[in-house]
Amino acid sequence: MRVDVLLAFLAMSAVSYGIRVAGYLARSRLPDHPRLMAAMDQLPAAILIALVVPMLARGGPAEWIAAAVVAALAWFVDLLLIPLAVGVVVVVLLRGVI
Amino acid sequence: MTVSTSALAAFREGILRCLPAALGVFAYGLVFGALTRTAGLGLGEAAAMSAIVFSGSAQFVALGLWTLPPPTATLALATLLINFRFFLMAATMTRVLRGWPLVRALPAMFWVTDENWAVTMAAGERPRWGAFFLGTGFTLYVTWLATTVVGNALGSVIADPKAWGLDFAFPAMFLALAVGLARKAPAPTVWIASAAAALLADRLIGGNAPVLVGGLAGAAVAALRKPEARRAG
Repeated sequence: MRVDVLLAFLAMSAVSYGIRVAGYLARSRLPDHPRLMAAMDQLPAAILIALVVPMLARGGPAEWIAAAVVAALAWFVDLLLIPLAVGVVVVVLLRGVI
Repeated sequence: MTVSTSALAAFREGILRCLPAALGVFAYGLVFGALTRTAGLGLGEAAAMSAIVFSGSAQFVALGLWTLPPPTATLALATLLINFRFFLMAATMTRVLRGWPLVRALPAMFWVTDENWAVTMAAGERPRWGAFFLGTGFTLYVTWLATTVVGNALGSVIADPKAWGLDFAFPAMFLALAVGLARKAPAPTVWIASAAAALLADRLIGGNAPVLVGGLAGAAVAALRKPEARRAG
């Protein structure tokens, strides 16, 4: 492998890793203020919603109906595979119809 | 079940619990592998890229920018912009790795990526949560590396994942995990703030900005609400 190619990969890795380390260190250095803890408690759900909402907004009725099915299933079933598999099947079927 | 879960058992559970999430990664890894070949990367180079960088979206964008010699500074900058969301995800990991000294916790940060981080968070607080997280990282790392190699070897034989509905695997997975988390700690104002800010950022900025903006907006609303007695994070 060319050295410059390897260096490019290492540079990307270093940046990516540096961001993660910075995030971890930033949080470990901050005091456990109640408001910060409230924010950190809700951050995972907020990130996931922010990830998924624009993805769904780019879809159409087939994706939206399938998303409603996924959300309803996920509310009752803890096993990730079930809403995931049903969602994929439903979206394929709906795309054939809509 | 014994009183204290062993680290190995938690690691194994993390591996298994991340398998459904690996499904979406599986499809995209194959496509990514095929694209590495189109971009002119050999099998060894493609494998090295996935092994070293381990970041799907940044790697996809890097292929779009790929030339020889590689534009290293541009690639590094693109990676910074795309992966800034990892800052927030890594910040939430202090709870998962509570009690870990930095010499162990910082190497573990390499494994923080969207899918397995989401699975770890959705699994909720548990004994040996850190070992569980390492298991989820292991599943994703192996899946990403293996599918990159297979995709590169097979090349354009790989079909469009959309034909199989597999493009929906990512939104479906993140949505299901979000619902799982939301059910445990209902906070509608936080979800609305996050969704609205993400949509706005998607319209105005695009790229990966919505994750960052939406995540921060949700966290800000959570901080502004009257804080109750909460577990340390």
